[in-house]
Amino acid sequence: MTELAYQETLSCVQCGYCLPTCPTYITFKKETHSPRGRINLVKMAAEGKITYDDMTEAIDLCLGCRACETACPTNVQYGKILESAIEVLAKHKDEQLKSRVKTMKAFLFNQVVPNEHIRKVLGTGLAFYQKTGLQKVAQKMGVLHVLPENLHAFETILPSVEGPIKRAKRERFYEAVTPQPVLKVGFFVGCIMDTMFSSINTLSMKLLQQAGCQVTVIQEQGCCGALHQHSGLSNKTQELAKRNIEAFERYDFDYVVNSIGGCGAMLGEYPQLLADSPEWLERAERFSKKSVDISVILSQLTLPFKKSLPYKVTYQPSCHMTNVQKRVNEPLQMVQNIPGIDFISLPEAHMCCGSAGIYNIVRYKHSMKILDEKMKHVEALAQQPNIIVTTNPGCHLQMKLGVEREGLSQEIRVVHLVELLAEACGIEA
Amino acid sequence: MEQLHELLQQVIPDGERVLTEKADLASYSYDASFGVYMPEVVVQPLSTCEVAEILKLANKHKIPVYPRGQGTSLSGGPLPVRGGIVMDLSQWTSKLEIDTENMLAVVSPGVTAQAINNAALVHGLIYPPDPSSMNIATIGGNLAENSGGPKGLKYGVTKDYVIGLEVVTPEGEVIHTGGKTMKNVTGYDLTKLIVGSEGTLGIITEAILRLYPKPQATETLMALFDDIIDAGRAISNILSAGIIPAKLEIMDKASVEAVEAYRPTGLPTNIDALILIELDGHPEAIKDEIKRVNDVCLQEKARSVQIAKTAEEAAQLWLARKLVSPAIVRVKPTKISEDATVPRSKIPDMFQRLKEIKQKYNIDLVVFGHAGDGNLHPNIIADERDTEEMKRVEQAVEEIFQAAIELGGTLSGEHGIGTLKAPFMEMELGAVGVDMMKRIKQAWDPNDILNPGKIFPEPNQRFVLTND
Repeated sequence: MTELAYQETLSCVQCGYCLPTCPTYITFKKETHSPRGRINLVKMAAEGKITYDDMTEAIDLCLGCRACETACPTNVQYGKILESAIEVLAKHKDEQLKSRVKTMKAFLFNQVVPNEHIRKVLGTGLAFYQKTGLQKVAQKMGVLHVLPENLHAFETILPSVEGPIKRAKRERFYEAVTPQPVLKVGFFVGCIMDTMFSSINTLSMKLLQQAGCQVTVIQEQGCCGALHQHSGLSNKTQELAKRNIEAFERYDFDYVVNSIGGCGAMLGEYPQLLADSPEWLERAERFSKKSVDISVILSQLTLPFKKSLPYKVTYQPSCHMTNVQKRVNEPLQMVQNIPGIDFISLPEAHMCCGSAGIYNIVRYKHSMKILDEKMKHVEALAQQPNIIVTTNPGCHLQMKLGVEREGLSQEIRVVHLVELLAEACGIEA
Repeated sequence: MEQLHELLQQVIPDGERVLTEKADLASYSYDASFGVYMPEVVVQPLSTCEVAEILKLANKHKIPVYPRGQGTSLSGGPLPVRGGIVMDLSQWTSKLEIDTENMLAVVSPGVTAQAINNAALVHGLIYPPDPSSMNIATIGGNLAENSGGPKGLKYGVTKDYVIGLEVVTPEGEVIHTGGKTMKNVTGYDLTKLIVGSEGTLGIITEAILRLYPKPQATETLMALFDDIIDAGRAISNILSAGIIPAKLEIMDKASVEAVEAYRPTGLPTNIDALILIELDGHPEAIKDEIKRVNDVCLQEKARSVQIAKTAEEAAQLWLARKLVSPAIVRVKPTKISEDATVPRSKIPDMFQRLKEIKQKYNIDLVVFGHAGDGNLHPNIIADERDTEEMKRVEQAVEEIFQAAIELGGTLSGEHGIGTLKAPFMEMELGAVGVDMMKRIKQAWDPNDILNPGKIFPEPNQRFVLTND
C-alpha cells in the first residue's frame, strides 16, 4: 500500500467536529495542524493540487493519537488516511535522503528495535550507566549537553532499569495461585517496555498470577510493529505481525495480555494491517480477539489487596488505549478500586500528552508545547495529586518529563497502573 | 502579493500569525459546505487594533477580506471566492466575562457558544442558542450567520441574545452598537443589522450577550407514530395547547432505519416518524406539562409514548437523534444538509412535498430536524463523484427551496445564504427586496472588499454542489 487513501478522504464532510479534540490544533493554533486540515491536504495531494512536500510538515506533526476519530460524526478512517500519507511520504523522502542517513534509519528499525540481543545490550548499558553512578557524574559535569537537547531532556527522567542479570533471572512461567488456573495467559512483553520498564512487566505477571492466571512468557514473541507502522514501514510491520501471530498460535492461551497501551492498539489492529492477505486475515482476527490490556483481565478477576494507599491520584489515559483499543472504563475502574485512593479526575485527560511513539524525540520542541498544555491542566487541579497514573511506557516517560519540567518531581510521582496495583497488593518485582 | 505580506507583517509583527505557506492556504480554502478557493494569505488577528489596521490596508489596496471562525459554515460564509485575505478569528478567545448583575456575557469573537454557556452555568445562568456545532463554531460566526438550534422554538436564536457589538467597518473604523441596556432605541438598530449580515458589513470584534437563569428541571419524552402526518398534527396540538417545549425534534422513517442499521438503539423500524420533546422549567409545572404532551400524542394516534425517568434515560432517547448524521453517511459519502424553513402550520404540507421530490428525482432523502419551529433538515445523501446523480440532487434542492417559499417559508432558517443559496435570493425577496439590501452593502462597503461574492448572486450564477 503505497498510495494515499483517497477514497477515505472523501467521507470527510469537513464539519470541523474533530477540531476541539486535536492536541496539535489546540497547541499550534492553525487549521493546517487539525485532522480536517490534514485530510484535506492528503485529498489535495492525491488530486495533484499540492505536492507531497506541501503536506509533509502537517503529516509529520500529527501525533497519531486518533482522538479525532472519536468525535467524527461520519466515521472517517483517519488512522488509515494518516498511515497512507506517512508511507507515501516515507517513500518520497527515502528517494531524497542521503544514503548514510537512510542506512542508519533502516538499521534502527530493521535491526535494533526488533533485535532482542541489541536491545539487551542497550538496556544493560543503560542500567550500568545508572547503577554505577556515572549518571550523576555526567549530569553534574554537563557532559550530556553534547547530546541533542531532546535526548538530554529524557536523560534526567529515565527509569531505574533492571540489570540484565535480574531481567534474565525473571521467571518464564508463573503458576496460578489458585488450585486451578482461572485463565491461561500468554504475556506480551513489548520491546521498549521490556528494556526500560521490565519491572512493570514482572509486576504485571505477578498480579495476573495473584488473580488466578497461569502466565507464560513465550520466547518466540517479538516487536508489535507499532513504531514501524507509524513511520510508514508497513511491510516490516506486516512481517512482525505475522511472526507474533504464528508464535502465539502454537499455544493454547485464553488471552494474550500486555500492559502497554500503544502495543495493545497495534496488536488489535493486525486484522486491518493484514486485510489484503486472505491467508492471514482470519488468523489475525483470532489473535487480535485474544489480545487485551491487563486492566481488562484484572477488572474481571479479584485482586488480593493488602494495603490501603493514602494517595491523591489522577490518571492520564493512553490515547491508543482510549481511541484505538477503546478501553476507557477498565483502567479507570482499576485505579478507583484501589483501597484508600482519593481519585481526582484530570480535565482534558483525553488530550494526548505529546509522547506519541517517538514524536517526543524526533519532534521534541513541538512535543514540549503539547506537554506544557497537558501540565497546565495538572497544575490547575484544585488539589495537587501525589501520583499520576499512566498505562503506557511512552506516556509514562513523557508525564515524568512534564513533572520534572514543572519542578514538581518532589511532589508528584508518575507510575504505571500496574505498579500502583502491585503496591496495594504488597507485590514486589 | 509579496508587498501585501510585508505590509501585513507590519500589522502583525510576531511572524506566526500571517500564513503564506501553500499548506496553510489550502487549509483555509474550504468550510463545511461546497467549493474550494485558495486565498493569497491568512491572518490571525488577536485585537481590534490589528483587525482595523488590516481592513484599512485591504480597503486602500482593494483586496478582499473574508472573516472566518472555525469554518463550520454550511453555506460558504468564509470561502475566499475572489482570493485575497482570509481573516481567521478563531484564535481570539481572550475575553469571556460574565456580568452576573446585568446577566450578560462580554466575549471575544473566537469564543464558542459552548464555552459561553459553560461559563454562565457556573453562575446559575445559561446562554440558550444551541447550534449543533456549538462546541466548535465561534460566537463571531454564530453572530454573522445568526445561527439557531433546537432550542430556537422556545428561546429564539442568536439575534435574540445580542444587545451590543464592537464592529470594525470595511474602511477600518471601529464602532460600538447597542450596549449593556436591555432597552435601547437610539437611532437605527445597527446591532441587528450586523447580526446575520454574514460578514459582509463589518467584522465583529466583541459582543455583549444576554443570559437567562438556568431552568430548574427538564423532562424528555419520545413518541412513535405510524403516520408522519399524525406526528405533524401532534406537534401543532402540543403548541396550541400552550405548551412550548425547549426542543421538539422529528425523525422520519428513513432516518430511524438508518440509525437502527448503524447502531441499533432498539427503535422499531416499521414506524413512519418519531418525535422527541424536551420540556424545561419549574419541576411541578413540567410534570404537569409532560402529562398533557403524553395525552396529546396518544390522541393523535401515537403508537407509544415513553417518558424518561432519569437523566441517563433521557440521554438514551436523544441518542437516536444524535446518531442520524453518522448513520446516513454510511450509505453514500456526500451529505447535503438543507435548512429550508416553513411556518409551523405548513409542516405536514412540507413533508408531503419532500416525499414527492424524493420520488421525482430518485434521490436518497431523509428528513429530521427542529419540527417545532418549522426548521426541517431535509438531508440528501449522494456521491459527489457521480455527476449524473449530483445533477439530480441540484434539481431536487432547487425544488425544495421553491416548495418552502411557496408554503410561505424561507430559503434558510439557520445556515445562511453565503455562496450556495445566493442564486435564489430574488425568488424569495423579489428584485426590489434584493436591491434594497445591495444598497445597504454599497453604503457600508463602497469598495466591496468585505466578504464579496456572498448573499448577492454573481451575474449568471447557478446553483452548484460540487467542489471543482
